Amino acid sequence: MKTGTLKQILLITDGCSNQGEDPAHIASLVAEQGITVNVIGILEDHHSEQPEGLEEVEEIASCGRGVSQIVYQETLSQTVQTVTKQAMTETLQGVVNKELTQILGNEKTMEELPPDQRGEVMEVVDELGETCDLEVLVLVDTSASMTNKLPTVQEALIDLSISMNARIGRSRFAVYQFPARKKAIQQLVDWTSKLESISSIFAKISSGGITPTGPALKEAMYQFGKSSLRRRFIKDDYTNIEEA
Amino acid sequence: MITQTSKKPEIHIKKGQIIKGKWHRHRYHIVKKLGNGAIGSVYLCVNGNKQVALKLSKQSASISSEVNVLKAFQAVQGYHLGPSLIDVDDYEATNGFQYSFYVMEYISGDTLHDFIRQNGHEWLVSLLIGFAKDLQVLHKEGYVFGDLKIENLIVSRKPAKLKWVDVGGTTLQGRAIKEYTEFYDRAYWQCGSRKADPGYDLFALAMVIVRIYYPNGFSRGNNPKKTLQLKINQAVDVDPLRRLLLMLIHGSIKDAEQVKDFLLTYFIHQKNKRDQRSASHKRSKKQDSVYPLLEVGSILTIGGVCYLYVTLFM
Repeated sequence: MKTGTLKQILLITDGCSNQGEDPAHIASLVAEQGITVNVIGILEDHHSEQPEGLEEVEEIASCGRGVSQIVYQETLSQTVQTVTKQAMTETLQGVVNKELTQILGNEKTMEELPPDQRGEVMEVVDELGETCDLEVLVLVDTSASMTNKLPTVQEALIDLSISMNARIGRSRFAVYQFPARKKAIQQLVDWTSKLESISSIFAKISSGGITPTGPALKEAMYQFGKSSLRRRFIKDDYTNIEEA
Repeated sequence: MITQTSKKPEIHIKKGQIIKGKWHRHRYHIVKKLGNGAIGSVYLCVNGNKQVALKLSKQSASISSEVNVLKAFQAVQGYHLGPSLIDVDDYEATNGFQYSFYVMEYISGDTLHDFIRQNGHEWLVSLLIGFAKDLQVLHKEGYVFGDLKIENLIVSRKPAKLKWVDVGGTTLQGRAIKEYTEFYDRAYWQCGSRKADPGYDLFALAMVIVRIYYPNGFSRGNNPKKTLQLKINQAVDVDPLRRLLLMLIHGSIKDAEQVKDFLLTYFIHQKNKRDQRSASHKRSKKQDSVYPLLEVGSILTIGGVCYLYVTLFM
C-alpha cells in the first residue's frame, strides 16, 4: 500500500482570529488538498475560566480533518508530538479504511472489525506510520499575547524533530509565523529535515493586535506546493547523477 | 471516513460498574482504578472469582497496537515476558461510543519506592540482576520496552521480583520510541536519539535508579548531560553502582547482559571475595595463635634433648 507523503499543518495559537477569512472554512479547503490541519491551543499556566479561543481551536481542527488539543505551556512538548503522531495514525487509518471499504464493501471501518482482525490491520497502520514520509508546516501565532510562550514553543519544535527523525521514514519541517508585515505569513525556517539546530527563531517578532488565522492558513497551504516542486527538482538531480 | 478519535469523549468508569464485551460477552466487575496511562486507564476487575487488570481507552488503534505486543510476548516460549493477555474486546458505552479494552493478568505488589524503603537498599542489586535478565530476553526478541519508568514497575511478592506492568511503550527495534516520559528519556537529557535500541532502555533503567535517590526528580538545566552526572555523583554513594550509572548514561554499556554481569561481578562475586578474604584473615589469626605454641614446644623439645644429652653423656 502506498501512502505517499503525509502533509500536515500544525497551528499553534492562544486565541481567536480577528481578521480575514473564517479559519474553519479555510481549514476545510486545506483538507481538500490532502493536508491535515492540527491545532494546539496554549493556555496561560493558571487560567481559571473557560478559555475563549477553545471553540475555534476545535472547529478548525475538525474542519481540517485533524486533531486539536488545548494545553498548558508546561506540557507543550509532549502534546506537540502526541497531536502530530495521532493525526498521522488517523490519516493512515483513513487510508486503510478506504482500502477496507474497497475490499470488504459496505462501509466497513477498522473499528467495526472484530479485535483479532483489527490487530492485524493495526500492524499495517503501525508499519505505515513508521515508514511513510512526513511534512509538517508549523504555523505559530506570534501576536502580542503569545510572546512569553515562544521559548517553550521553540523547545517543543526541537523535541518534535527529534521524535520524528527517529522514524524510518523521512520527515521535513518548515516554520512560519503570523501575523507578518505586509503579508499573511513570514518564513522563519525553510523546509528542513532537522530542527535541532534552530536557535532563537522567534527573535524578530512583529507583535500586534491582529490575528489573521484564516489568511495565514491559506498561505501556508501554498508552501507545500513549493516544497514538492523543489523536491522533484532535487530528485531529478539525483537521477541525473545516477545516470551520469 | 477518518476516525475522529478527538471527538470521542473521555470515559469515566465508576467503581462497581460492569464492563461487558461486545464480541466475547465476558463481564468484568470494576473494583478500582489502578492508574492512568498515556492512552487509557487501567482498572482492577473481577471476572468470575479471578482478579484481572483491564485497560480501556478511546483510542482503539493504540489498544490494538498494545495487544499485538502482548501477543508477541506470549509467543516467547518458556519465558514470562510481562503480564499474560486474557481477553480483547470492545465496550459499547451508554453515550453511544465504542471503547476498546484488553484484559491481562493482575500483578500485585509494591512500588519500587515502597519496597526499597521497607527492605533496604541492599535489595536493589538483586532486583536489578533479575530485571536485567528480563530486559535481555526482551531485546533478544527484537523489542525495546520504551516507557521504562518507576510508575511502570512493580515488585511482586514471593519471590520478590521487579516486573514491568504496562507495555504501552514497547517498540520494535529500529523504529521510533512509541511512548516515553521526559525524565527517563535519553533524548531529553541529550544523551542520544529516540530510536528504539537496547541502549534506550538501559538509559531509562539508569534513570529509574537515579529516581530512587531523587524521588521528586530534578530539572535538566542548561547542560543536561552535566547536570545528570553531577546529580549521580552527589547522591550515589555506592562506588560500583555510581560507575554503572555513569556508564549507562554515557551509552558505554550496550546490552542488558553486560549490566547483569557488572552487577554480578561487583556485588555478588565481590561479596564472595570479601567473605573469602575475611575467612582467610581469620585463618591467619588462628595460625598466629598456633605459632607461639609451636615455638615454645620446639624450644622445650630442643631444651629437653640437650638436657638428655648432657645427663646421659656428660
